[in-house]
Amino acid sequence: MIVGERKTFEQIWDSIKDLKSVLILGCGTCVAVCQAGGEKEVGLLASELRMKSQLAGKDIKIGEATIERQCDREFFDSIKDKAREYDAILSMACGAGVQYTAEVLEPIRAIPALNTRFIGVTEQEGNWAERCRACGNCVLADYGGICPMTICAKSLVNGPCGGSKNGKCEAGQDKDCAWVLIYNRLKKQNRLGDLHKVLAVKDYSKQTHPGRYINEVYLKPKMEEKSA
Amino acid sequence: MPNSQLKQAFESGKFVVTAEAGPLKGTDITELEEVAKALKGKVNAVNVTDQQSSVMRLGSLAVSHLLKDWGVEPIYQVTCRDRNRIALQSDLLSAAVLGIENVMSLTGDLPSAGDHPQAKPVYDLDSVSLLSVISGLNAGKDMMGNELKGKTDFFAGAVVNPGADTEASYELQILKMEKKIAAGARFFQTQAVYDPVSFAKFMKRVEQFKVPVLAGVIPLKSAGMAKFMNKNVAGVCVPQTMIDRISKAEDKTKTGIEMCAELIQSLKPLCQGVHIMAIGWEKKVPQIIEAAGI
Amino acid sequence: MENAQFEPVVVAFCCHYCAYSAADLAGSMRLEYSPNVRIVRILCTGKVDTLHLLKAFEDGADAVYVAGCEEGSCHFQEGNLRAKMKVIQGKKLLQEIGLEPERLAMYNISASNSVLFAKAADEMTEIARKLGPNPLKKARGEVK
Repeated sequence: MIVGERKTFEQIWDSIKDLKSVLILGCGTCVAVCQAGGEKEVGLLASELRMKSQLAGKDIKIGEATIERQCDREFFDSIKDKAREYDAILSMACGAGVQYTAEVLEPIRAIPALNTRFIGVTEQEGNWAERCRACGNCVLADYGGICPMTICAKSLVNGPCGGSKNGKCEAGQDKDCAWVLIYNRLKKQNRLGDLHKVLAVKDYSKQTHPGRYINEVYLKPKMEEKSA
Repeated sequence: MPNSQLKQAFESGKFVVTAEAGPLKGTDITELEEVAKALKGKVNAVNVTDQQSSVMRLGSLAVSHLLKDWGVEPIYQVTCRDRNRIALQSDLLSAAVLGIENVMSLTGDLPSAGDHPQAKPVYDLDSVSLLSVISGLNAGKDMMGNELKGKTDFFAGAVVNPGADTEASYELQILKMEKKIAAGARFFQTQAVYDPVSFAKFMKRVEQFKVPVLAGVIPLKSAGMAKFMNKNVAGVCVPQTMIDRISKAEDKTKTGIEMCAELIQSLKPLCQGVHIMAIGWEKKVPQIIEAAGI
Repeated sequence: MENAQFEPVVVAFCCHYCAYSAADLAGSMRLEYSPNVRIVRILCTGKVDTLHLLKAFEDGADAVYVAGCEEGSCHFQEGNLRAKMKVIQGKKLLQEIGLEPERLAMYNISASNSVLFAKAADEMTEIARKLGPNPLKKARGEVK
């Protein structure tokens, strides 16, 4: 899922303190799973902001709502009318969702409550880790299912740098050396020979942004133009 | 065909000695010039580091050129941390035009290690693909196959870490060394070695590649320095006997030089040369060389 | 002096199996403890959500605590451990908005420990007295 982390309370308060009303909009998909921006987190933030608003001698109207996802237009339908009652939407979705909130509910202002961190997995509840950098050219088949672009701090595709110490990356004790992981995984798979391939250099043109992916088959069909 | 003085030194069969000059932060080159004077004629070549430890400094291209002007053979170090393939190829052409003949391809420390941790890390190429690129430029073509109007003639080298401390990382170092040679590396310098026995084992593994290897040595200044390296520098393992010896020594400089010279003597039969990394006391290198009798 | 006249409102979420039983026992034993505590009986402290804790403060509580079984003895295995984490989260959020995290606490009280039940009640009431009324009440003009 896309993993996000709630911004500091200071940052959030700072971004809404001069408003008269704000609707906190949660997202029920990725950020709900990583417990950063789902319905529950909306409730907690709303309670915090109500109390802070009172303590600061202000009277900000705080609304709460959560939709299935903020990256698909249809889900905004249920809250469109409610949204119009507010100065701004404090979106607890990832960056994509915040932008769609701004676009779909234009001209109502959208303010992010989260910092989008990465595409990752739940290693343990409360502990989410990055696994994919969306490089657009997946070569996981060659590396025993461990991504050197993501897990290696330097995205090295031809073997480790000299900084690997005790199986850990020179970036820090908590980070595994991707290449040690790759070696050990390929060893378990009896595929150490694969390491001898010199892989082609990465094609970064695949990562120029903003990206777009179109599958014509799914575009809205048009009727064929009949000739006279 | 590359024909730098360094290459000729390897071909002569003599024990090759290289040292290191680390540029400082700023435009004041007085210190560098003094180091160059001290090393001139005493070593076969001098490495110029590229933003060592990810600390922003005077560039290795400019300093390699200065060394050449001052009569010292430079080894132009290039890391992949800060420049993309366009800039790297361009800098290599620039180096060639400025008469630099030896180049070394490295990955480069992470920006987080240095004094600009917010910098965007590049790593467009890695040390292996950079060597391929150098070979290509030597053959008159850029990375995309375009013909060059005037090619390069670099003698290219790379690094290897014989002290890698897990089976996986050790095997991968040797594997990567093979890849580097296939990509064009023609000499190697190692991370600092302190144990001739394990180094001998390593050399046994790689002698089949028939590529000259310079054993890296770092003279010790204090027990604190040794302990720091053991804790923080991957691949470096200073034995307790050496830590005790420098700790007990009254004249630490003298003992540090002695120990380094003794180490070089024990490494000499195992490899083709030595790379002396006397960080912060480059001017002592001639003393070390004399004490080691090389 | 304002604080001398101030009678704190303290809310205690007590689990049925342990803390509430201890409260019952304190009653049978005629132990005296702070009358300021409003007890909310719940099946297990594992059911307490951080939001319940925040809402108690929003509604004007001066102190709040969660009282569950001793660690390792939760009737529902880990309910009290989850509650512990909710209390930690609650303290963090209170601190973020400027309320004193000491107003919120976690206690582990076995069913027979009526003495500890009484002590907890008195302790939290004292803390609330020392810290003064919930700052929200002053901000809302409910106290001077």
